[in-house]
Amino acid sequence: MKSATARFAFHNVMLFFGLAVVLLMSLAAVFAPVLAPYPPSALHLDHILEPPSSRFWLGTDRLGRDVFSRMLFGGRVSLWVGFVAVGISVSIGTVLGLISGYFRSWVDEVIMRAVDIMLCFPSFFLILAVIAFLEPNMTNIMIVIGLTSWMGVARLVRAEALSLREREFVAAAKLAGLPSWRILFRHILPNALAPVLITATLGIAGAILVESSLSFLGLGVQPPTASWGNMLMEGKSVIGIAPWLSVYPGMAILLTVLGYNLLGENLRDMLDPRIKQ
Amino acid sequence: MRNKVFFRGRFLNIVLRILKKTLWMTLVLMGITVISFFVIHLAPGSPTDTETTLNPLAGEAARRQLEALYGLDRPLHAQYLDWVVRLLHFDFGNSMSADARPVLTKIAERLPLTVGVNLLSLALVLVIAIPLGIVTACRQNSLLDRATTVFVFLGFAMPSFWLALLLMLFCGIEHQWLPVSGLTSLNFSELGFWEQCADVAQHLILPVIIYTVGGLAGMSRYMRACMLEVLHQDYILTAKAKGLPRHVVIVRHAVRNALLPVITLLGLSIPGLIGGSVIIESIFALPGLGQLFYAAVMARDYTMIMGNLVLGAVLTLAGNLLADICYGLADPRIRSFGGECE
Repeated sequence: MKSATARFAFHNVMLFFGLAVVLLMSLAAVFAPVLAPYPPSALHLDHILEPPSSRFWLGTDRLGRDVFSRMLFGGRVSLWVGFVAVGISVSIGTVLGLISGYFRSWVDEVIMRAVDIMLCFPSFFLILAVIAFLEPNMTNIMIVIGLTSWMGVARLVRAEALSLREREFVAAAKLAGLPSWRILFRHILPNALAPVLITATLGIAGAILVESSLSFLGLGVQPPTASWGNMLMEGKSVIGIAPWLSVYPGMAILLTVLGYNLLGENLRDMLDPRIKQ
Repeated sequence: MRNKVFFRGRFLNIVLRILKKTLWMTLVLMGITVISFFVIHLAPGSPTDTETTLNPLAGEAARRQLEALYGLDRPLHAQYLDWVVRLLHFDFGNSMSADARPVLTKIAERLPLTVGVNLLSLALVLVIAIPLGIVTACRQNSLLDRATTVFVFLGFAMPSFWLALLLMLFCGIEHQWLPVSGLTSLNFSELGFWEQCADVAQHLILPVIIYTVGGLAGMSRYMRACMLEVLHQDYILTAKAKGLPRHVVIVRHAVRNALLPVITLLGLSIPGLIGGSVIIESIFALPGLGQLFYAAVMARDYTMIMGNLVLGAVLTLAGNLLADICYGLADPRIRSFGGECE
């Protein structure tokens, strides 16, 4: 066994790397209009498919658009989709999980069986079908991803609620005559918030991956709006002559998802007393 | 004598468990079909679109005729009941695309490739991930463990389609080691049998690598976590205290217990594999289930989409059931206590 401090250091390096990436990507997305050297849809028709240079840092695409600028704006799309989709799934999962764990009995049974059913769905198939039918756009993607990914949160919150409902402060709140919804949202939820936020962090990573996969298949964010997924789709058709189009947007996806995963997983490890010892 | 009764009881228990589980799974399957059917039919667009709206020569009458042909003019619940009744006879209906062939035939043509590639990579994942998980758990915080952790996080974050593009770029375009598209070469029919096999194998190397990398991260991480959990148990301490050699403790006492949860994970990983095949098959132009589904979605081919969704759900449920049975057979605690561990 290595010393505890060395272990701690390794975890912290991963945690801070994740945090740094997340912050950096968020800042890049927020300040995209300021940072981008060109507007994302500006055509430079005399500079089509140019490799990276001092003028176009990451090269240009088939229409002579600056890849770096488009990636900055694509980051906005990915993060926005990630945040909203996770907002939806966490809200659904939290409410259902709280109700399920707090009231028990048949409500619990019904909700947990619904979770089981949803988990058996080949969900990417369903997302694909629904998106294709509803016409692919950002709003639909966020809603569909949110509606198909709340099950983990529901199970987690239920487990928390199951143990918290037996605690003294909940009994005290009941004795004080507080209504159930108040106990749920004011007394139980705040105590279950840390694991929920961590799951949300990991969920953002997952949602970004699903969004970029959909966009890559042409069923996600539609051009001319840039997203990392649809940039890669466009890059695939010219992969032989302009490989940079297939490389950089994917790097951005990898880095962002990695950042959120590192942040979430290492925070979880820190909070988990079994691993911490 | 006592043994016999014990075995009969155990057998009964397992049968009861399976029956209960099957009943529940039938209900789940019903739930899935209801949700999918209504979502798909209520969403805008219709399988008749390609032949009517997009065709200036076809008028409203032609559309209505087509809808009557497919039974789409009837109330939705009647359509659903019809579909279920046919499903009970294993009749998934005919595809609503131009060729109008039975859904089941079309799926059967595509299934072997997708399932084969997935099974092959699943086997590779197990062969690599399980030893890796064991070693990294036994040498927690060693250099190997750290390197694996970094690799695992990269694997989790790697979009499969990007990895596919990179491999295509490196192995297919830069070095021309491997073909990057399709299942066979252009001169396939002129080759001898063994050359044909080699040709297909060459085309499948990149897809299999990508599936494998996709599953490797999760599986090795999970194996490591299970192993760590088992290593902290009292019976491991007992085994060590008895003075058993380290490898006996690890192989006989720890690994056998740590493998159990992995069985469950295998069952749960099926929906992900099916979903992933859509992306990977579309990149490499492999004629598998994923491509079939993608085309069906684009053409609003209701019967085909439903067929695929049902198949996906059945595979998932079957995987879960199989995992459950294997778990029951493998874990002596569940074996002897029977139904108590439901």
